Amino acid sequence: MPTQQELTRVASQVRRDIVRMVHGVQSGHPGGSLGCADFFAALYFHVLRHDPKRWDMDGRGQDLFFLSNGHISPVWYSVLARSGYFPVHELATFRKINSRLQGHPTTHEGLPGVRMASGSLGQGLSVAIGAALAKKMNGDDRLVYTLHGDGELQEGQIWEAAMFAAANKVDNLISTVDYNGRQIDGDVDKILSLGDLGGKWNAFGWQVLETNGNDLGGLLKTMDQAKSLTGKGKPVMMLMRTEMGQGVDFMMNSHEWHGIAPNDEQLARALSQLEETLGDY
Amino acid sequence: MSTYPVLDQKDTRSGFGAGLLELGASNPDVVALCADLTGSLKMDAFAKKYPERFVQVGVAEANMMGIAAGLTIGGKIPFTGTFANFSTGRVYDQIRQSIAYAGKNVKICASHAGLSLGEDGATHQILEDIGLMRMLPGMTVIVPCDFNQTKQATLAIAAHDGPVYLRFGRPKWPVFIPADLPFEIGKAQVLIEGADVSIFACGHLVWRALQAAEELAKQGVSAEVINVHTIKPLDTDAVLASVRKTGCAVSCEEHNRYGGLGDTIAQTLATNVPTPQEYVAVNDSFGESGTPDQLLKKYGLDSPDIVAAALKVLKRK
Repeated sequence: MPTQQELTRVASQVRRDIVRMVHGVQSGHPGGSLGCADFFAALYFHVLRHDPKRWDMDGRGQDLFFLSNGHISPVWYSVLARSGYFPVHELATFRKINSRLQGHPTTHEGLPGVRMASGSLGQGLSVAIGAALAKKMNGDDRLVYTLHGDGELQEGQIWEAAMFAAANKVDNLISTVDYNGRQIDGDVDKILSLGDLGGKWNAFGWQVLETNGNDLGGLLKTMDQAKSLTGKGKPVMMLMRTEMGQGVDFMMNSHEWHGIAPNDEQLARALSQLEETLGDY
Repeated sequence: MSTYPVLDQKDTRSGFGAGLLELGASNPDVVALCADLTGSLKMDAFAKKYPERFVQVGVAEANMMGIAAGLTIGGKIPFTGTFANFSTGRVYDQIRQSIAYAGKNVKICASHAGLSLGEDGATHQILEDIGLMRMLPGMTVIVPCDFNQTKQATLAIAAHDGPVYLRFGRPKWPVFIPADLPFEIGKAQVLIEGADVSIFACGHLVWRALQAAEELAKQGVSAEVINVHTIKPLDTDAVLASVRKTGCAVSCEEHNRYGGLGDTIAQTLATNVPTPQEYVAVNDSFGESGTPDQLLKKYGLDSPDIVAAALKVLKRK
């Protein structure tokens, strides 16, 4: 099991991968990806019980993860490669023609580690519930994890799924919201406020935890706590406060870097703030 | 001319229900999902006998499609059940991304398709669903013609690997396909052989096409009636073999004239054997309340309409 210091080093390399991938093709979504780098490092290198070498679509006997806000694919691709699902050098093909690393994740190209297409928002929670139900039917005691954007919660299907999961005691499910308060057009509060988000999930019948997604120590504790709450009749929601663009100073405190790529000079500035720990691809 | 005696009067949705119940016993991976229409979809027998494999999602069709997609991860074969409108138009993006693009083995089973659901009116009478589903890469689209064939199709799609749209209806309708007539996905059935005109039909209109062929025979016209129960993949060999013989075609469907069986046939003909064709289909409109027979008559989907289309296309040869 990696130490917190080792996870910090993984997250730093993942952030380098993100800005280099987006710069390399001059498109993609660096802001949310950077904000979630610590979560993904913790999830793939500490929390998930998975074996990248024994990857298959069904994932029996393994924990499953679904990325519902598919636009932050750079961070996911980076941790998938860094944890051994596919060669790290393949990250250089991100969003380019004939690549398995499509702009938004897909099963269509057969990329190991990806079990569902996502990008059109609001669908991943329903899919994860289906996978969680299949695990129960199969007598498989492993868990299903999801990640959602906070802007994504404006989609109605999320709340259909939220209602279903609680009513049907889907308690082998741990969902996380990347609660960075920003979406494409601006601050979530100004675009369409989520109101009392914790209260909403509570009212829908979920067990709700709150955490800081950019504080690895606290995040690891909350993720352990989330796991301890499974199997008790309720789905588990982690509201995870993050800073969009975390780790690159000029990308933070703004929604501007949701979906644009850095130029050469900006890339150099970004990389100067992120230690190369595992070797660039 | 072969004739098809009416064996019974049954709704095609009950054929689906009977097939699903049989699958419950024969295939432990089959799971059924329903969005608050268990009785209407005839899924209640399955739900009662296999409650551990039945998922009631409530009035939440988008969520149902997502859950179905997720159930395939773990090896389940999910069958979703709701009305055709709520099975397609309402959830098109969920099907497109989470099922079709993702290549998931989900069976989308849709009742109350077309005009013949009757009195509920146009909100429920989807006439665009075949087109919507046919446009999705990798989607198989099946429109069986009676109770027996709907049951056969339900059993067949469980054994087929990949997403399927199975379309059936509400009213009692003549049962005329012998229960032992082989059913194969993608293989059209020549129900009556003929020499003068090819009548291609699907769903409820296959029976109307048989009636039309009898009337045409009285007028000295030899009509070939082909049951195109699988719209996609189309049995192009059967379609082309027939028109090479007859030289003209009529397509019959309980669907808008855009995007359905007629266009599927026309595309095949235009790119292989350009052939005069007439459409018996709804003329780009919505439906309305009425009895099934009244509606089929008013919207030009009755046997006399098929006869008229055949006589018209014969003159264009």
